[in-house]
Amino acid sequence: MGRQIYEAVVDGILVGGVYGLMAVGLTLIFGVLDIINIAQGILVILGAYLSYALSVHLHIDLFLGLLLTVPAMFVIGVAIYWAFMRPLRGRERTSMSLLASYAVAIIIEGILYWIFSPNYVQLNAWYVISSVRVFGFYLPYIYLFGFALAVALVVVLYMILYRTRFGRSVRATMQDQTASRLIGIDVNRVAAVTFGIGVAVTAVGGMVYGATSGGFNPNSGYDLISRLLAIIILGGLGSIGGALAAAVFMITLESLVSIWSPNWAIVVFYAALVLVLTVRPSGLFGRQGVRLQ
Amino acid sequence: MTPAAMTGPDPVTATGLLRRAAAWRGGGALVLLAAVALFPLVFTNALVTTIGVDTLIFVAAAAAWNIFSGYSGYISLGHAVFFGSGAYTVGIAARDWQLTGNSVFALLPLAAVVAAVVAVPFGLVALRVRRHTFVVVTIAVFFIFQLMAFNFSFTGGTTGVSSPFLAWNPGTYNDPFYYLALAIGVGTVGLSWLIRGSRFGLQLRAIRDDEDRARGLGVRTMRVKLAAFVISAFVTGLLGGLWFYFISQVLPQSGFDPQFDLSVALIAFFGGLGTVSGPVLGALVLIPAQQYLTEQFTNDYLSQIVLGSLFLGVILLLPRGVIPTSSEKITSWRARRSGRLAAAGAAGGAAAGAAGREDPR
Repeated sequence: MGRQIYEAVVDGILVGGVYGLMAVGLTLIFGVLDIINIAQGILVILGAYLSYALSVHLHIDLFLGLLLTVPAMFVIGVAIYWAFMRPLRGRERTSMSLLASYAVAIIIEGILYWIFSPNYVQLNAWYVISSVRVFGFYLPYIYLFGFALAVALVVVLYMILYRTRFGRSVRATMQDQTASRLIGIDVNRVAAVTFGIGVAVTAVGGMVYGATSGGFNPNSGYDLISRLLAIIILGGLGSIGGALAAAVFMITLESLVSIWSPNWAIVVFYAALVLVLTVRPSGLFGRQGVRLQ
Repeated sequence: MTPAAMTGPDPVTATGLLRRAAAWRGGGALVLLAAVALFPLVFTNALVTTIGVDTLIFVAAAAAWNIFSGYSGYISLGHAVFFGSGAYTVGIAARDWQLTGNSVFALLPLAAVVAAVVAVPFGLVALRVRRHTFVVVTIAVFFIFQLMAFNFSFTGGTTGVSSPFLAWNPGTYNDPFYYLALAIGVGTVGLSWLIRGSRFGLQLRAIRDDEDRARGLGVRTMRVKLAAFVISAFVTGLLGGLWFYFISQVLPQSGFDPQFDLSVALIAFFGGLGTVSGPVLGALVLIPAQQYLTEQFTNDYLSQIVLGSLFLGVILLLPRGVIPTSSEKITSWRARRSGRLAAAGAAGGAAAGAAGREDPR
C-alpha cells in the first residue's frame, strides 16, 4: 500500500507537470486578454494529431516534430485570435469569448473526426515502449522526457515574461490595459502574440498527452478542457504559479484516489475544485482583483 | 397600423408608439400560438411532429435558461444537470415503484422538484464566485453529475434507465407530448414575462448590470440569484422528465449532454439574451434548422461543423441577438419617419427618440 501511494505520487507529479504547461498557456491567455479559451482542450488534441501525422506519414521523431508543430500551433493560435476573438467587444466580452471559443472547439472537433475518424490512436516511439527504473519502479522514458521538457518550457516562459521587454509589456497589459496603451504598448500585438504562445504550448502538451494517455480521439478534448479549467480556477485565474501548483496537486490527488477506485478518481478531482471554491472563491492563489473582474 | 393606434390621441408620441408596439406584440404572440397549436393537426407525419416536440422542449428550456442566465448575466453551461436529474428521477421512480401506463405522468412534478432541490446546493456553491468563474464551475458540476450517472448502480450505469411502455396509438403517439411541451413552453414564457416586469426581475437585471452597486442599493444578491437559479432548474427538470418519456430511455451521456448546455445558450444568444421573445424565436428557427441539417448531411461531422460555424456567425455578426438588433433598427426607422412627419411643428422626434431607448423585449 505504501509503495502504491509512493508510485501514485511520482506519477502524479510527472503527469501534473505536463498539465501544468497546458494550464499555464490557458491562464496566461486569461490574464492578458480576459478570454477563457475553451478550445484549449481540442487544440491539445489537434497538436497530438499533428505529431501523429508527422510520425506515421513522414517518420519524424515525436520530439523533433515539435520543431514543426509548435510554430504551426502558434500560427493557428494567432489566426483564431485575429478572426474570432479580436472582434468581440463590450461588457460581456469574457462570456462571449467562452461561447465563441466553444464554437471554434466544435468546428475543430468536427474536422478532426472527419479526417482521423473516431478510432483511438496512440503516439509511438521507442521511449514510449521501453521503460526505465526510477525511484524504485519502472516508468516509460516518455514520462521523464515529457516532464523535463514541460519544466524547461515553463522556465522559458518565465524568462520571457520576467526578463524581456516583450514580457514586461505582457505583464503591464495584465495589470492595466488602458494604462499600457497610454504608455505606448501595442496592446493588440501583445494580445495576439500571447494568444499564440498560449496555444503553441498545446503542441507539446498534445504530444506528451498522446504518448502517455493510452489512446486518444477527438472526443478526448472535453476531458482535457474540463480538467484544465478546473486547474486554472483552483490556481486562481491569471496566476501562473497557481496553475502549476494546482496542476501537480490535482493530478496527484487523482492518481492517489485511483488506487482505491479509478472510476471515482475524476469525481474527486472536480469535487476538490468545488470544495476549495466554497472556502476561497478566488482560488488558491487568486488575486482579489480577478474575483472582482 | 392597428386599430388601437388609430384611435389613440396622437400616434407619433411615445405612448402612442409604445401602445402600438404592445398591440403588435400581443397580436403576434396570439397568431404564433394558434399556428403552433394547430400544427400537429395539419402535419400528421410522425417525423415532423417529432421535430415539433423537440422544438417545443427547447423553447421552454431556453426560456427557463434565460430566466436565470439572461436576466442575471450569469451564463450557466450546467443546465443539463437539471435536465438529466429530471429524466433520471422519473425513470428511477417509475422503475422502483413499478408504475406503468399513463400513471407515470403523475411523476413529472417530482422531476421538477428534484431538479429544484439539486439546484440549491449547486447554486449555493457556484453563485459565490463571479461570472466567468461561475461558467467553469457549472461545467465542473455538470461533469460530476455525468460521472455519477455512469458510476452509481441505481442509475443503471452505462445502460441507463428505460421508461415503461406506453400502449398508445402509434399514429397520434407524439400528440400528447406535443401539447404537454406546448403547455410547459407557454407557461415558462409567461413566467419569464411576469418576472421580467416584476421587482424580482428588476433586481436580477440590476445584478447583471452592476452587482456591487445592486448590493449597495440593498438587493440581497445571493438570495435573488439563487431564487432565479432554482426556478430555472424547476422548469428544466420538468422538461427532462417529459423528454425521458418521449425518448423512452436515458443514458448518462444523453441525459447529461454537453450539447444540451450549448444548445440552450446558443438559442438564447441567437434570439437575444435577456429578452422574453428571443429564446422562443431562437428555438423555433435553430432546432428545426439543426434537425434539417442533420438529415441533409448524412455526414454527421459536417453537420457538427456547420452548427459550430452558425454559432460563431451569430456571436460575431449578431452579438446581441436577433430581437434586440432588429427592434433597434425598427425603432430608429420609426423615429426617422415620425421625425419627418413632425418636422413641421410638433416635437415628436424627441419623444420617439425616447421610445427608441426602451429595452427590447
